[in-house]
Amino acid sequence: MSHSSQLALLRSMLRIRRIEEAIADRYAEQEMRCPMHLCIGQEAIAVGVCAALSKGDSVFSNHRAHGHYLAKGGSLNAMVAELYGRSTGCCGGRGGSMHLIDLDAGFSGSTPIVGGTVPLAVGAAWASSLKQSEQVTVVFFGDGCFEEGVVHESMNFAKLHKLPVVFVCENNNFSVYTRLNERQPERPLYRVAEAHGLAAYTGNGNDVEEVLAISRKAVGLARQGQGPQFIELHAYRWREHCGPNFDDELNYRTAQEIKAGIHDCPIASYTRKLEKENGNIHLEIERCEAEIQREIAAAFEFALSSKKPSIDDSQGKVYA
Amino acid sequence: MKHRDITFAEAIREGLDQSMEKDPRVIVIGEGVPDPKAIFNTTAGLRDKYGNRRVFDMPLSENGMTGICIGAALSGLRPVMVHQRIDFALLAMDQLINNAAKWHYMFDGKASVPLVVRMIVGRGWGQGPQHSQSLQAMFAHAPGIKVIMPTTAYDAKGMLISAIEDNNPVLFIEHRLLHQIKDNVPEEYYRVPLGQAKVLHEGDAVTVAAFSYMAVEALVAAKALKSAMGIGIDVLDMRSVRPLDVASVLNSVRKTGQLIVADTASRTGSIAGELISQVSEQAFDALRTHPVRIACPDHPAPTSHFMTRHYYPGPQMIADEVLKMVGADKTSTNYRELCALMLHDGPHDAPNRGFTGPF
Repeated sequence: MSHSSQLALLRSMLRIRRIEEAIADRYAEQEMRCPMHLCIGQEAIAVGVCAALSKGDSVFSNHRAHGHYLAKGGSLNAMVAELYGRSTGCCGGRGGSMHLIDLDAGFSGSTPIVGGTVPLAVGAAWASSLKQSEQVTVVFFGDGCFEEGVVHESMNFAKLHKLPVVFVCENNNFSVYTRLNERQPERPLYRVAEAHGLAAYTGNGNDVEEVLAISRKAVGLARQGQGPQFIELHAYRWREHCGPNFDDELNYRTAQEIKAGIHDCPIASYTRKLEKENGNIHLEIERCEAEIQREIAAAFEFALSSKKPSIDDSQGKVYA
Repeated sequence: MKHRDITFAEAIREGLDQSMEKDPRVIVIGEGVPDPKAIFNTTAGLRDKYGNRRVFDMPLSENGMTGICIGAALSGLRPVMVHQRIDFALLAMDQLINNAAKWHYMFDGKASVPLVVRMIVGRGWGQGPQHSQSLQAMFAHAPGIKVIMPTTAYDAKGMLISAIEDNNPVLFIEHRLLHQIKDNVPEEYYRVPLGQAKVLHEGDAVTVAAFSYMAVEALVAAKALKSAMGIGIDVLDMRSVRPLDVASVLNSVRKTGQLIVADTASRTGSIAGELISQVSEQAFDALRTHPVRIACPDHPAPTSHFMTRHYYPGPQMIADEVLKMVGADKTSTNYRELCALMLHDGPHDAPNRGFTGPF
């Protein structure tokens, strides 16, 4: 991989991280008044998977969608404005953090009902298959979602009709505060997908190049008509399930575990790797940081100076 | 235009066929759609004509498949999904209410879900607690969904075509007892607008607003009342549950001053209650007496035919409520004649004496 491609991956992860941190920093001002599920610590999955897609491909996501939306090219201004409930938000303020959309970027929608968008992605893939288009559809969901019946219904149909869809399961081991071992028997998730007949892969969700390599293979096979693909990626959620804070004081995970999780930071480890391979990239990172901070400042300014919707804006568009 | 009588089921088949012929984006999917029974023959021949890339059977995955149809609808297709019994659609409530109903609104109009879901309400021959529910009010509670219940074969075809052309999720609820009833249905492609009631019978005494099969029953009552007792009533076939054509009911109530709403569902939380509520709010002054709901009792439908005899309201109950409202004498010979005119032909749990199923 070229140095510039590597830097682009690093930059994309860094950008998501800094945006999420900026949201967390300002959340206490209580101007962003909607539930917020930050993806800090899980950036490599969003970036690695979306780097394997082309613009015309479609992505569906879930409640923790900021990273997926941004990695697929969703408008930052429209996202931040949406968090602030402004008219210029991607849903005009009707959705908030848990409902993002940017059709121009191929981000088809995210919703918080666990499993809600998984069949939609299969339906989108069904449509592209029936229309014989080149499009591949990706859906991001978590290990908790894997427990929803609708996910297995979706995999069954996707395999039956050999649809060009890639299921990406982000396994962060937690559903809110409940560990995987309290919810599922001990067996690798991807093997269950394999039992549905899907080509299934597993990998380190903290290694962006590994994520990208697996995704390229899966997306390529899906595009060639080889049917649905399933990728299970392990990652760690640093902060609370919902909200801007760390939640170490709840003691549902040990200090040691949190420390280990943070130690595996996808950005820090990738920075180390690039430095080892290419020497000092300090200046490049500094330049990225500065650009990102300028972009973030502009996005917040855009949001805060945008029109506030009126009560009238809450009506209409109930029916098309 | 040539007069041609065909059944409600045949009218649906023809509506599907002509919609598929006209618009290559239309696909049909459901458990049993291409099988030998073809959903009571409403999908017969479609796979032969349009192939297995437009006509699908479906895994027994109601929620997943509804979501998949929504995803396909968001991506430019116009799926028609079929449930042989509406009761199975309860498994798809999440996708219907959380996604189909809200997608257009919550994404600020950036996308829409042109999806039709046919749902069949069963009745008779012991369909029982889980094969004969009338759940229209439950679905109609969600803004963003349209719920329609055509009664005649003419409307079945025209409203199905309108539903398929509509850019919103439309639930097309068919009462199984309507499937065999014939009506004049034009051969060409035509639309009947959604959300408008139709006057089936005119009179000044009472307004009867009826949904689906109850409109058939109300018409039987209306004709008998007229011929045996000279009492004229308005019968409105509501045809649509959401949007609900309250304006047409108000028009009629301002003339008659009395309202009966006949519903196929159980009483509490029914769309009949909603209609009465809206009429009371908007035209309380026009009502000379309290409105009346005619509906099924507030318990599930039992299976045994020994217990279903009085479960379903029919023409007799409608006529009796009308007579109560107009203060008519029930001891006269005219009343006996009225009752005779409305007598059901054959066992109470079959549409008529000649009917042998399938239910």
